[in-house]
Amino acid sequence: MSDILLGIQGLTKAYPGVVANDDVSFDIQKGEIHALLGENGAGKSTLVKMIYGLVAPDKGAMTLDGQSFSPSKPSEARQNGVAMVFQHFSLFDALNVAENVALGMENPPPMRDLARRIREVSELYGLPLDPSRTVGTLSAGERQRVEIIRCLLQNPRLLIMDEPTSVLTPQEVEILFETLMQLKSEGTSILYISHKLEEIRAICDHATILRLGKKVGESTPSEASAKELAELMVGNSFAAPVARDVEKGAVLLEAKSLSLPAPGAFGTPLREVSFAVRAGEVLGIGGVAGNGQDELLAALSGERTSDGGTVLLKGNDISSDGPVARRDMGLLSAPEERLGHAAAPDMSLTENGVLTASRRESLVKNGLIDWRKAQGFTEAVIERFDVRTPGPDTAARALSGGNLQKYVVGREIHQNPEVLIVNQPTWGVDAAAAAAIRQALLDLAAKGAAIVVISQDLDELMEISDRFAALNEGRLSPAHPVADLNMEKIGLMMGGAHDMEVAHVHG
Amino acid sequence: MISLEKRPQPSRLWTAITPIFAVVLTMVVGGLMFALLGVDPIEAVRTIFWDPLFHPQFAGFSRPQLLVKAGPLILIAIGLSIGFRAGIWNIGAEGQYIMGAICGAAAGLAFYPSESILIFPLMILCGALGGFLWAMIPAVLKTRFGTNEILVSLMLVYVAQNILISVSTGLLRNPEGMGFPGSRNFKQWDATHNAEIIAGTGMHWGVVTAFIAVIAAYVLMARHIQGFNIRLSGEAPRAARFAGVNPARIILLCLGISGVLAGMAGLFEVTGPAGQITGNFNAGYGFTAIIVAFLGRLNPFGILLAGLLMALTYIGGELAQLMLSLPGASIQLFQGMLLFFLLATDVFTNYRIRFGKREAA
Amino acid sequence: MDLGSINPVLLVASIMVSATPILLAAIGEMVVEKAGVLNLGVEGMMITGAVVGFAVAVTSGNPYFGFLAAAAASAVLSLSFGVLTQFLLSNQVATGLGLTLVGLGLSSLIGKPYEGMKAPPISKVHIPGLSDMPVFGKMLFSHDVMIYVSLLLVVAVWAFLKYTRAGLILRAVGESHDSAHALGYKVVTVRLMAIFFGGACAGLGGAYLSLVRVPQWTEGMTAGAGWIALAIVVFASWRAGRVLIGAYLFGGVTVLQLNLQAAGANVPVALLSASPYLITIIVLVFISARGAHGAPGSLGRSFHASH
Repeated sequence: MSDILLGIQGLTKAYPGVVANDDVSFDIQKGEIHALLGENGAGKSTLVKMIYGLVAPDKGAMTLDGQSFSPSKPSEARQNGVAMVFQHFSLFDALNVAENVALGMENPPPMRDLARRIREVSELYGLPLDPSRTVGTLSAGERQRVEIIRCLLQNPRLLIMDEPTSVLTPQEVEILFETLMQLKSEGTSILYISHKLEEIRAICDHATILRLGKKVGESTPSEASAKELAELMVGNSFAAPVARDVEKGAVLLEAKSLSLPAPGAFGTPLREVSFAVRAGEVLGIGGVAGNGQDELLAALSGERTSDGGTVLLKGNDISSDGPVARRDMGLLSAPEERLGHAAAPDMSLTENGVLTASRRESLVKNGLIDWRKAQGFTEAVIERFDVRTPGPDTAARALSGGNLQKYVVGREIHQNPEVLIVNQPTWGVDAAAAAAIRQALLDLAAKGAAIVVISQDLDELMEISDRFAALNEGRLSPAHPVADLNMEKIGLMMGGAHDMEVAHVHG
Repeated sequence: MISLEKRPQPSRLWTAITPIFAVVLTMVVGGLMFALLGVDPIEAVRTIFWDPLFHPQFAGFSRPQLLVKAGPLILIAIGLSIGFRAGIWNIGAEGQYIMGAICGAAAGLAFYPSESILIFPLMILCGALGGFLWAMIPAVLKTRFGTNEILVSLMLVYVAQNILISVSTGLLRNPEGMGFPGSRNFKQWDATHNAEIIAGTGMHWGVVTAFIAVIAAYVLMARHIQGFNIRLSGEAPRAARFAGVNPARIILLCLGISGVLAGMAGLFEVTGPAGQITGNFNAGYGFTAIIVAFLGRLNPFGILLAGLLMALTYIGGELAQLMLSLPGASIQLFQGMLLFFLLATDVFTNYRIRFGKREAA
Repeated sequence: MDLGSINPVLLVASIMVSATPILLAAIGEMVVEKAGVLNLGVEGMMITGAVVGFAVAVTSGNPYFGFLAAAAASAVLSLSFGVLTQFLLSNQVATGLGLTLVGLGLSSLIGKPYEGMKAPPISKVHIPGLSDMPVFGKMLFSHDVMIYVSLLLVVAVWAFLKYTRAGLILRAVGESHDSAHALGYKVVTVRLMAIFFGGACAGLGGAYLSLVRVPQWTEGMTAGAGWIALAIVVFASWRAGRVLIGAYLFGGVTVLQLNLQAAGANVPVALLSASPYLITIIVLVFISARGAHGAPGSLGRSFHASH
């Protein structure tokens, strides 16, 4: 018993309308890497927030090293040696690294000492970091280092990591894993949250699987197959998307040396981005978050216009056209951020239909909106893409992330685009819905549309793309057929070390 | 403990009843304030809300005042509400109102003493233009340089006020006014007098324009794609850009509309109820209209009702000053409280109140 | 016109007097905005401070009681804004406007009996040595204590934000309330305290107007000073030192135009009277054209802790 660091007994937490955690119990041993596995919405975040003192459980108890443990606030958890590396929302862009670290500590030393200790620890664990840099200027991987170092400076007994690899290149993942193994050897326990099965099999000693708020299984990942874990996690099987062999047609969308300055202080400039997509083809664009994905989508959708001759649709220069003109010509898009960018949160689904479909679906006559027709269009999208909602009058923000995603992507697909650009089409969507969205994209390609899928989910890109390219600091690597790629090559492409050097030597 | 839980979508019921809620709360708290001032609260509330309409002695005089006061409030508030929907905060309507009055009056006075029927329409046009141009200053600065329109439009109120004082003692001063500040009186010049259309109702051209503006604003916001774009820009600016809405055009459009309406309101006021340009003909309608716009839930028909209610408090306030010697400022406070309570009760529109255990968060 | 009638010693001294109300209000508002809250009610809080400060000073005969009461009254008034925006999650712009309208109404109601009265005089500080210096002694070191309080306040705010942990937390809350919440900081509490401080500062600024600068109570006497304080925060890119510069520049313009008017300069009076506002607009344009750097990331956004 004395080997148990954190014991969790019957934790239950209900929110109005949903039980986020239902009687969850498991133990984390000292010095083990324990995986918490589950789909989006399985209740992982709520569970972790209870351990970290952000949320109080309705029922159940925790023990830490044999002592009763019920932190009422994060600082209490931190004092007890529980530290957490967040997936989002815990850094301050305008503050520097040292200030960010200090904010996550209970009793930070004076700034000068802190800066020195940050340097020491970052070197000790192979995570170099300059304490005086402004966090907003750091890459996603470096930002994560800030969080990790913030935790390590407090010598945690338990380190919680929430989806740590979603922002890393495969090479950075390797480095992270080495750090984690080093921590483990020093006796630190790690609670590792993920839905990526291969990772968990690679480093975790033990796994607890959650589904719909309930613990549905335990396993030793190294002894289980990915398929077994997936079945536990998802619960039911669903059809994986089927790609069809499609005859590739003429080039529909082309970018030629597309460059754009960064949109804001912490944005990424686009540098000489070039690619071409043919009819019937899916081009997958990978890369770590924050390397120009949003900027590329904005430049292609027409939200930002670029220099003449840099964006061509069916051979016509559309660089200076806005989104409305591009839609008229058959180029549609779906941005990553569902609420606030792809859809207006407080507006109804019908109104959100008018948002992009007003002209292609002739929902507007003489400047006046035909609301009945708009509703008809919306109902058709809801029906076709199985969007779960009380009806077209529901506000967009009332839908779950997955359902809204289906609506937002479906809204564009239903307008029969000739070219479709989507960013993170299945982000935050459960596995079945994700499969449905991917299938719809493939079907659209089969009908002769050219599709650009920007995603951080490499598995997704490998599954549906014909060719793959990677964004790194606003540069796009040359695209390669997916069949020719392996993980190492992809990692190099994402890290920016694509064929450039080779090209220079030959050129 | 009490906690708030976001509703999946705004409650229509609460949207409609929060203004009533706010009015009742204002009456209660205002009543307490009146009691503190040594006035019987029930009588005060009755004098403000009931007597102007139904008092056997005063109602005959004060009832027409309702439209006279509501007209400019509604006209300005309609313009403001369109901008507020887009997240464009023109709070300098008072300045646009003054400049509209000055430009319109100046255009008319240039033709004194002609009795052409074209003069009044020309004055309306110039009034609208004056308000429009004054509103274009914050609009252009915002679109060109991203300058904050709240501060610029407000600063321009003070500038307009200084111009008003200057012209009423200089450029536009009545040459036959024996040196007193103030322009010629339009009431004594038939071609320019914005008189009552139907005697005894208070209905003048400004009120008619206000009614037309209500209907036009309704069509614009509920049916027209530009109205949709305006709402979209306010609710989700990034989504608007994604939809292809040009933010600069929305800024120019919204400030332009509110400038035109405020400018016309100023012209109608100066040629009608006020009668002449003086250093203080403006009665703060431009600021009160902000309350009207919110109280009307930024909805044109709501603004119509809110404008009438606010006009009632003006008239009732004067009556209470007369009969109960209630300080004039208390009505200003009363109106401010109304806005405050409205904003406070607004929480019910978007959130549900839950009693019970609260998050540790 | 007679520029010779302008005495440079008096000019600098009166610039300091003229800048102080705006400096006080602006430094308070800067702290509020650093915490991520946009309180547009500065004008309303200032004028409430002006009237309460005046009333209490006249009644008690002690101007310092006036300042204390002004700070307390405006801070309490600002809490109504705090409750509305932080607990009831109302729109900050609309609520700030409402606060201004309430403040204007409240002040003229309270102030009616005090119109035409004279404020009790506030004594000048005599600093041995410094105050006796030729020229500078009279120019810089013979003022009332509130001027020095305002300058100390600027230094204190600067040091608080730069060097203290509480200041760091306040900046963090203003930068990203979601991150601050995730780390366990009490966003709402921090913001309420900032709003309270901002209210107290605005109240002091208002009281300085009615007790020292004018010194009288007249309805609507702030005449946009609160709005100018808001503009100065933008001008200052949310930095304490620059707030000081902005307020003194503005004070300079105000005093200069008054002096020019008095000297009978050949410029229309309307233009001179409007010049502080026009110059504020011009400065805002320059600042925004350069790009609004330094605005706190969560400025003006409501915070609701969702799970």
